Amino acid sequence: MTYRRLKHSSRNLVDQLSNLKFFNSSRSSISAGLQSRSIQTFELVKEDVCYHKHIVSRHICFLKGSGIGIPASLRGVQSNAFRIHSRNLASVATVPSRNPSFAMISCDDISYFKKILGEKGVVQEELKLDDANTDWMRKYKGSSKLMLQPRSTHEVSEILNYCNSRCLAVVPQGGNTGLVGGSVPVHDEVIISVSSMNNIISFDKVSGILVCEAGCILENLITFLDNEGYIMPLDLGAKGSCQIGGNVSTNAGGLRLIRYGSLHGSVLGLEVVLANGTVLDMLGTLRKDNTGYDLKHLFIGSEGSLGIVTKVSILTPPKLSSVNLAFLACEDYVSCQKLLSEAKRKLGEILSAFEFLDVSAMDLVLKHLDGIRDPLPSSKHNFYIVIETTGSMESHDKEKLEAFLLSSMESGLLTDGVIAQDINQASSFWRIREGIPEALMKAGAVYKYDLSLPPEKMYDVVDEMRERLGTAANVVAYGHLGDGNLHLNISAREYDDSILSQIEPFVYEWTSKQRGSISAEHGLGLMKANKIHYSKSAETVQLMGAMKKLLDPNGILNPYKVLPTSISQSGVN
Amino acid sequence: MKIIVAIKRVVDYAVKIRVKPDKSGVETSNVKMSMNPFCEIALEEALRIKESGRASEVVAVSVGPAQCADTLRTGLAMGADRAIHVDYPGTLYPLSIAKILKALVDAEKPGLLLLGKQAIDDDCNQTGQMVAGLLKWPQATFASKVVFDEENKVATVDREVDGGIETLSLDLPAVITTDLRLNQPRYATLPNIMKAKSKVIKKVTPHDLNVEIKSDLEAVQVAEPPKRKSGTVLSSVDELIDRLKNEARVI
Repeated sequence: MTYRRLKHSSRNLVDQLSNLKFFNSSRSSISAGLQSRSIQTFELVKEDVCYHKHIVSRHICFLKGSGIGIPASLRGVQSNAFRIHSRNLASVATVPSRNPSFAMISCDDISYFKKILGEKGVVQEELKLDDANTDWMRKYKGSSKLMLQPRSTHEVSEILNYCNSRCLAVVPQGGNTGLVGGSVPVHDEVIISVSSMNNIISFDKVSGILVCEAGCILENLITFLDNEGYIMPLDLGAKGSCQIGGNVSTNAGGLRLIRYGSLHGSVLGLEVVLANGTVLDMLGTLRKDNTGYDLKHLFIGSEGSLGIVTKVSILTPPKLSSVNLAFLACEDYVSCQKLLSEAKRKLGEILSAFEFLDVSAMDLVLKHLDGIRDPLPSSKHNFYIVIETTGSMESHDKEKLEAFLLSSMESGLLTDGVIAQDINQASSFWRIREGIPEALMKAGAVYKYDLSLPPEKMYDVVDEMRERLGTAANVVAYGHLGDGNLHLNISAREYDDSILSQIEPFVYEWTSKQRGSISAEHGLGLMKANKIHYSKSAETVQLMGAMKKLLDPNGILNPYKVLPTSISQSGVN
Repeated sequence: MKIIVAIKRVVDYAVKIRVKPDKSGVETSNVKMSMNPFCEIALEEALRIKESGRASEVVAVSVGPAQCADTLRTGLAMGADRAIHVDYPGTLYPLSIAKILKALVDAEKPGLLLLGKQAIDDDCNQTGQMVAGLLKWPQATFASKVVFDEENKVATVDREVDGGIETLSLDLPAVITTDLRLNQPRYATLPNIMKAKSKVIKKVTPHDLNVEIKSDLEAVQVAEPPKRKSGTVLSSVDELIDRLKNEARVI
């Protein structure tokens, strides 16, 4: 007898924990646009938590008070996180008082809006408003009683014209994934949500120029372009919820800026509605157009304070077939920097992402997120680097990457590393880097800073912050090393003013001394509205104020944000 | 004891596949290819057995066109000692692979042959069973746990079957095909990738092994499944009954 049956037992084979490998990633796009759609089975639900599911499920949990639709493992975490976040506002920078020159909403206003937008376009239910009043980090909450959902540029124009004449303050809102409180009302500003304007207007297959409405979700655009053989020039963790109008208005950066540049380069045209309802049609689809002042750049990054973006025309790069990803370990920060310059030189045109995270970020992700494996478990490393290459020839790219990595290892720049052998492994490496914000939320209270610093100095601020805080809080650093952008996060059990006082204004002053930026890509929003002078000269800020007064004399567009209150309110009658 | 692991180069698991316009097959040009996930698990298991000291050598084997060498390099980077590439550019079917594997096993004389339970491109789930039949070796398929007893030359394997878990005891040499929950494959680390460059990939042809590749199967057409039709909202129960009776014809 060559085999004997020893035992036959019935057992529930649907064991959620034991099979994380295939379903451990929810990152649904790689720069080459190859879709990694996790199979939608019950086993996935636990692991498959990325930004957009996080928002939806957190809001459901918060609003309905029960864990409907949320796996048991998250339920406990979420209610704990809410307890922390709900009592934070006192310790955040003081909220400016309501500007008395803004009108209050009246019944006549509501009926006028209903006339323009129809019943569906006017939202007054508390549950939906609660959602729209709170930002993703649950740090900022407004008290707006009205949300409008226009479906066309014409409707946006009519609404703004009316609001301007009535002096009603408004907040333009897209995906509400901003991290500086710029997308939610401070007081009772009317929320103008462009989410209903989500059509793709046209796409030129030869030039790759995409024209779409501002409410298109980034992930949907990526999927659409994937079918056509193109990709979006930007990619960020919030792609499942963020909308292109918001991306443009905040000049979003993301993971691929090092390869495809910023939105100032890829956006070819915009259609913007000004505060008084004027529709500015700058929706060009031309690569080159030097006729007059290029006004669209004013609106890119203005965070909704100069006009509401309603349509975007953007140049999309072709999807290239060969994507390679390496997850590496370095001993110290100096090696990380040297690795970056070597990568730019040796990998050259195929380098498409260069991210770093330190050991505290790695520990946090391993501790708080499900289904994450340490790719380099053999020893503890101080710094981890994620390098991605995108090119048109697999063999050429792989050879180049391997040669670069092996020579870096030989010269001691790297201490260890792995190369992803298939798309699933690549997704799981990205999940580590993209999951850090989520892990920070789960760990408790987080003070988030986004700094642009000279590369040599970038980690010095992290060391100094650790010294200042000692054991009071956990300092976590990660970011787009390739762009000189550090995401400095201080994680504590609870929000505590004594911790905050150790952080601010020290971090801003430090950055200012290095002539760095106190907000590399997140924007100023409400959080840093009065901090602009750390990175911009007084004359520059004065001119910004003049532009604001010119384009929005009543100051109704996203008030209390971006510019210091002294500047932005000086022109309001 | 030597272990042979058979691996297959397939379209990457995460790629959204498309059918060729002439319906002759799936689009594979310009699409990311990698090692079949189940084969990865089989290789991982072989490496773990070797690391625990119960095997002396792990040999990775693959049948297919020239690019299979890349997949074998990945296997070597994971830790296999050497590889054999059976070069054949045409279409292959499980029985042909089984015959080739039998020829290789006869030449190499391993104590264990490990395969993935099925390939994710054709989902045949036949090669392991066929080669065990050709070799007249015991087989345990869908393995979710493998325990080795070297002195008695016996392997105890837990199989995932429809009704639950079945535990079998196999005398070696044997064929084991691996299922998803057996292990989590390791990543290819840089030091190992460096070492793999000096490892040998021997190239042979089916002719060298005295195997004739002919198939009794012919793929007539490959088509996508029909797109799911959207549902309709009905206005009343009467309409529902009417539709169920006349359109769906289920009552």
